[in-house]
Amino acid sequence: MRAADPDVKNSKNHQSTRLPDLQPQEKIALFRKMLLIRRFEEKAKQAFTQAKIKGFCHLYNGQEAVAVGTISVLNDDDAVITAYRDHGHALARGVDPNACMAELFGKITGCSRGKGGSMHFFDAKKHFYGGHGIVGGQIPLGTGLAFAQKYLDTNRVTLAYMGDGAINQGAVHESMNLAALWKLPIIYIIENNEYSMGTTIARSSAGDPLTKRAGAFDMAAIQANGMDIDDVRAKTFEAVSLARTESQPTLMEIKTYRYFGHSMSDPGTYRKKDEIEQRKKSDPIEIYKARLIEQKVTTAENLEALDAEVTAEAQAAYDFAESSPEPEIETVFEDIWAPEDQIFEFRPEPRR
Amino acid sequence: MPTITYREALNQALSEEMERDDKVFLMGEEVAEYNGAYKVSQGLLEKFGPKRVIDSPISETGFTGLAIGAAMYGLRPVIEYMTWSFSLVAYDQIVNNAAQVRYMSGGQFSIPLVMRGSSGGGLQVGATHSHTPENWYANVPALTVITPAFPDDAKGLLKSAIRSNNPVCFLENEKLYGYKDEVPEGEYLTPIGKARVVKSGGDFTIVSNSGSTHRALNAVKTLEAQGIHAELIDLRTIKPLDFDTIAESVSRTNRLLIVEENKPFAGWGAQVAYEVQKELFDDLDAPVYRVTSLDVPQPYNGRLEQAVLPNEERILAAVKDLLA
Repeated sequence: MRAADPDVKNSKNHQSTRLPDLQPQEKIALFRKMLLIRRFEEKAKQAFTQAKIKGFCHLYNGQEAVAVGTISVLNDDDAVITAYRDHGHALARGVDPNACMAELFGKITGCSRGKGGSMHFFDAKKHFYGGHGIVGGQIPLGTGLAFAQKYLDTNRVTLAYMGDGAINQGAVHESMNLAALWKLPIIYIIENNEYSMGTTIARSSAGDPLTKRAGAFDMAAIQANGMDIDDVRAKTFEAVSLARTESQPTLMEIKTYRYFGHSMSDPGTYRKKDEIEQRKKSDPIEIYKARLIEQKVTTAENLEALDAEVTAEAQAAYDFAESSPEPEIETVFEDIWAPEDQIFEFRPEPRR
Repeated sequence: MPTITYREALNQALSEEMERDDKVFLMGEEVAEYNGAYKVSQGLLEKFGPKRVIDSPISETGFTGLAIGAAMYGLRPVIEYMTWSFSLVAYDQIVNNAAQVRYMSGGQFSIPLVMRGSSGGGLQVGATHSHTPENWYANVPALTVITPAFPDDAKGLLKSAIRSNNPVCFLENEKLYGYKDEVPEGEYLTPIGKARVVKSGGDFTIVSNSGSTHRALNAVKTLEAQGIHAELIDLRTIKPLDFDTIAESVSRTNRLLIVEENKPFAGWGAQVAYEVQKELFDDLDAPVYRVTSLDVPQPYNGRLEQAVLPNEERILAAVKDLLA
């Protein structure tokens, strides 16, 4: 593993086993997942402009290779936690697209029963720990997941994602210190899309690259090209191996780019259309598509058929969300407290 | 029944619950090798080892969030704030994560977490170290807020809090750590959400909590010498509020005085006063009175601080008005 800063020491004992080669079907599955996220987000964008989705809606277009690539090297029982731009991570983790879209629509069939919304997707069965709305606030939680994984001797690891804006929050630095100090099996992943909302990285973050922040904690650090899913996978695999075999944390910076605004309500005045068009030329899905064809894994026709399939899947999610019922008013009082099973439970009527 | 301090009672609760359940661990600043800033965790490191009694760096946000994440994963963390005044550094984690994650996830993730530590004024440690934040946290849905006044309740309520499947703010009182009383040995649980009638009486009702219960108790003794008999209710749990016990008493005595260390604006007593006037309007022979801390930051000077706290003099003055 390459350290981004000369002060960053890597473990001498670490023998990283090589990332296994993918079978053709596995490569196609990765492509399919990235494309599903893109088509899902296009549907979400449409639904937002139709006012079927309210509140804030942060789209993942352009960043698909990050969520799909990183999560593809995990085991099913490893933990994933992320910030509010969470649709891609949820779908990459295998959360049902219908439940995701229904959550955006605020329906009872949503992955958080319509109580979380776009920023707060959760799925316990998929080891997906959210979906968190406060910048950087999820990073101490992710650190706690890794703490528990180690405490319970599970040999599992945690991926904790944040945007480049989050790196300037104190919560992130406190967490990295704890993880390095206590050797927690966690990978902190900065998805650097160059903008914290409308502020460029140059105007928000001193020190380049961001992986230098790991140096202060003697934590391993690594960068990846978020437009190339194979690079994302290879680098993440190294970090995951370090966490799993030696219980050591890593800070990853994955360079990426988002095509749409910070959220749907962002007019995007802080960057030029040319910039976006230019960046779309290194689109992660197009790059991977060309590679699969070049490697003769499949044909352009097959991939187009696949596109039709995932487009239909996104439409089906939209239809499912639209036809799902609204939550009953009584559900507003549900899910507040876990039932007690070890003590006397006293729950007076909700105060009004 | 052995007589022990409030501090020792808390220590017993921690020790017994850690013995009982491997998933319980204690984390905080100076809890392990230093044996706790207030010695509540005395001897626990020796007994349970560094895996379960963990000295944290001074990172309230970090270790609070870590504990919430660990609770989401199924552990039962107990974290110590050296004082609840320092919990403000972790306010986002407590309010946005500990209290909201279960609801936001549609009930998928529970947070069996105890956040505990000292609180309250009266020790001349100035404005930043003297907060009494039970009302701030009681304002947040899904948080249970507990403030024991006596050693037996300190033990019984902490044991219940650790066994709760929900996030609990457990506010001890710095001035009470050395207070001694009888505490049952071994298994002893005080129910969360049940007030305690400390003293029965028919002339009027006092509702108080934590250190204010002791101030009220002193006033009650003074009044008894004058032939006035107050009923003193110690809330023990601020939220959920045991309104039934308050209502039963006030419907008999027809007069209510609230004594609390919160600042007056939106202290927990304001909520109790609202509910009493709404539910028991016809039973009241006088307005509901409150004696609270004064609406000023906590001064360092001892004379000034005593004036700010809900002292016996102000309690007795309020009783005079209440019974007039």
